[in-house]
Amino acid sequence: MKIQTIETKNLCESAVNGGCGECQTSCQSACKTSCGIANQQCENKVEE
Amino acid sequence: MIHSYKLGGMNIVLDICSGSVHVVDDVAFDIINMYEASDIKGITEEILKKYPDDPEVTKEEIEECCHQIEELKKANKLFTPDTFKPMAGELKKRTSGVIKALCLHIAHTCNLNCSYCFASQGKYHGDRAVMSFEVGKRALDFLVENSGTRRNLEVDFFGGEPLMNFTVVKQLVDYARSIEKEKGKNFRFTLTTNGMLVDDDVIEYSNREMSNVVLSLDGRKEVHDRFRVDYQGRGSWEQIVPKFQKFVKARDNKNYYMRGTFTHANPDFLEDIKTMLDLGFTELSMEPVVCAADDPSALTEEDKSVVMEQYEKLAQLMLERHREGKPFTFYHYMIDLKGGPCIYKRVSGCGSGTEYMAVTPWGDLYPCHQFVGEEKFKLGSVFEGVTNTEIQDEFMSCNVYSREECNDCWAKLYCSGGCAANAYHATGSVKGVYSYGCDLFKKRMECAIMLEAAKTLDGNK
Repeated sequence: MKIQTIETKNLCESAVNGGCGECQTSCQSACKTSCGIANQQCENKVEE
Repeated sequence: MIHSYKLGGMNIVLDICSGSVHVVDDVAFDIINMYEASDIKGITEEILKKYPDDPEVTKEEIEECCHQIEELKKANKLFTPDTFKPMAGELKKRTSGVIKALCLHIAHTCNLNCSYCFASQGKYHGDRAVMSFEVGKRALDFLVENSGTRRNLEVDFFGGEPLMNFTVVKQLVDYARSIEKEKGKNFRFTLTTNGMLVDDDVIEYSNREMSNVVLSLDGRKEVHDRFRVDYQGRGSWEQIVPKFQKFVKARDNKNYYMRGTFTHANPDFLEDIKTMLDLGFTELSMEPVVCAADDPSALTEEDKSVVMEQYEKLAQLMLERHREGKPFTFYHYMIDLKGGPCIYKRVSGCGSGTEYMAVTPWGDLYPCHQFVGEEKFKLGSVFEGVTNTEIQDEFMSCNVYSREECNDCWAKLYCSGGCAANAYHATGSVKGVYSYGCDLFKKRMECAIMLEAAKTLDGNK
């Protein structure tokens, strides 16, 4: 039996340094009619 | 909370609250799905019964798999509890009054007459108008004054058709550039255009000043020309495609989106994506139409299964092209598993009405471009600031936990509670749920994550 874990950002850990607010608002770029935040980039260099 | 699904020949398990993604075999998939409701003894019996002829499925192997799951659980990578509720609203409260993005309605008029336009041919159910430099300048000053310590400020030139007022666009960009150093800000501009007025001057200026350009193209000629017609009813495809090709080439094929809309007339929108690829475009976005349910172009329940299938086929096509070294981008499948938004962003909601607002040609403020023309949502103006605090408070209180329906939804930390405008138009409340849109969104996320997982596993080989 096999479980392969893909490397991802840990959301729990992002609670520590997150929330700088520098990232884009949801509807910018190409969308304008349907919301999603998953495709946004984090711009907080501290967190990285 | 976990979400498990099978797609693209893979079994995928998402641990919602940690953001972890696991790719598992069939047996592990079954065990994980039983894990919270059964003990090891019960799981072993069930699994041995289900896989009687598989020599690799033994009691020892099953126990080892359960042990692995328990370790992942301890490491907060499986069945991670949702402890984020107290954070919801915290970011908004902390940044209350800070605005970082404006959608400038530079022209409430358009040189196309697309019947499916949510902005009613650019007029937003009102009079035709263009924004003056004075109003636009005041909007930029308003943004700077209210942006606190935010360095990156986003300004979209939107319409209607912004190029019908391009002189003012250029004046406003020049003005912003003249103040950004002194104010410690970095303006990032986006231009959305239907292409009709694109010429060498527009291309040269935009490619110098616009961080991003959004170019409206619906794909196949017959699809595009069904709705995107001029006031004589003539299709615009032939005119705009060569202009867009030139525009994109001059940008080194970067920082743009071909942005299409699909409707009841073309739920098979993958064909339109393929047309865009054939035309040489690689940064693509196709959006489901936003309109009243009784509009002839509205997507129906019957269309939904077609659209879902198209999303899956699109993901498959993207994976094939990626493996062939000919990748392309689909806006809704862009997901950075290693560096996406932090948890505060994910629980805070979309930001409309608080950190993002739309400005009409007259300087009125609305929570976002989709509320313009809905008088009761008027927040104030760039001259007086936000005066309708009741409406702003309503938007301030929108977050992932403010909609009961979202509490048990696996996609809540990917959508952040969804689009307030879609919710309002579907249910009459900004805190409602547009379930049709949710279904499409969830399918897009499943496809996007599958795609990223497949690419990662390819890279590990």
